Amino acid sequence: MDVMVQLQRQLFDYTASLFHEGFLDEQFNQLQQLQDESNPDFVVEVVTLFFEDAERLLNELTNALSQENIDFRRLDAHVHQLKGSSSSIGAQRIHTVCISFRNSCEEQNVEGCLKSLQQVKHEYSTVKSKLETLFKVRRSGPFLVRVLICNIEMTYGETDFGCRGVSVLGSVI
Amino acid sequence: MRSHHLTALVVDDDTMVRMIHQRMLNSVGVENEAVQNGKEAIDIHHSGQTFDLILMDIDMPVMNGIEATKKLRSMGIHSIIAGVSARTIDENTQEFIEAGLDAYLEKPLNISKITSIIHKINKL
Repeated sequence: MDVMVQLQRQLFDYTASLFHEGFLDEQFNQLQQLQDESNPDFVVEVVTLFFEDAERLLNELTNALSQENIDFRRLDAHVHQLKGSSSSIGAQRIHTVCISFRNSCEEQNVEGCLKSLQQVKHEYSTVKSKLETLFKVRRSGPFLVRVLICNIEMTYGETDFGCRGVSVLGSVI
Repeated sequence: MRSHHLTALVVDDDTMVRMIHQRMLNSVGVENEAVQNGKEAIDIHHSGQTFDLILMDIDMPVMNGIEATKKLRSMGIHSIIAGVSARTIDENTQEFIEAGLDAYLEKPLNISKITSIIHKINKL
């Protein structure tokens, strides 16, 4: 069906864009290759663990940088953890910011650390949103198509799904 | 590649890392178990279990990878122990290597790195 092919194409393009824009790197592909029928939710499970870990670490970093006497060694330890876990799922931009964050920790540069914290929070928020979108579409894609086709037929009667189906799908996604 | 009858122990305090490493080992046919720190790695060996390969993280609570590696070697454990860490190999990792590692792998692990270690074991 045209709509399904279009959806699959959109999903492919969206996923590819995450790599092209540097949000994800090859390590994410490694995780996808490890997913199969016996482990159908492997990627989602791993990324969910990453989200939990990252949010905990970002809270720790925020607290550490709000202290009057900043413990840069402890700060660096948290950044090191975040750097490691982000590289484990292929969250490239977060990993890159963590590198400069660690440099600021080593220099005991408070301003640099605050700037890096802001950047890493932004990158985390962005990649989280994009991955959640990706997983939502992958999970509900075929169902979405069936629901939309039913809705279109109920509203307009039998119709050409080629263009209208895709544009409606696009707005829902 | 398939690695018949090889066994491995994943030693890492990070749940996500254990999950990834175990799945990678499963994908190349290596039976495996996982523990959360160096002390648990020692305990599992005290229980009588041995493994062809141990993937040992360095920074762990209770007992870190350096201490665990030294202890395992002093117990006469001859498994291939691969240190696994996000740290690049430099003077800070020298102590880990000198503790008795056979290899050092920088995180993140991938199938290629796992496969190269398996080849090392199969050559023995």
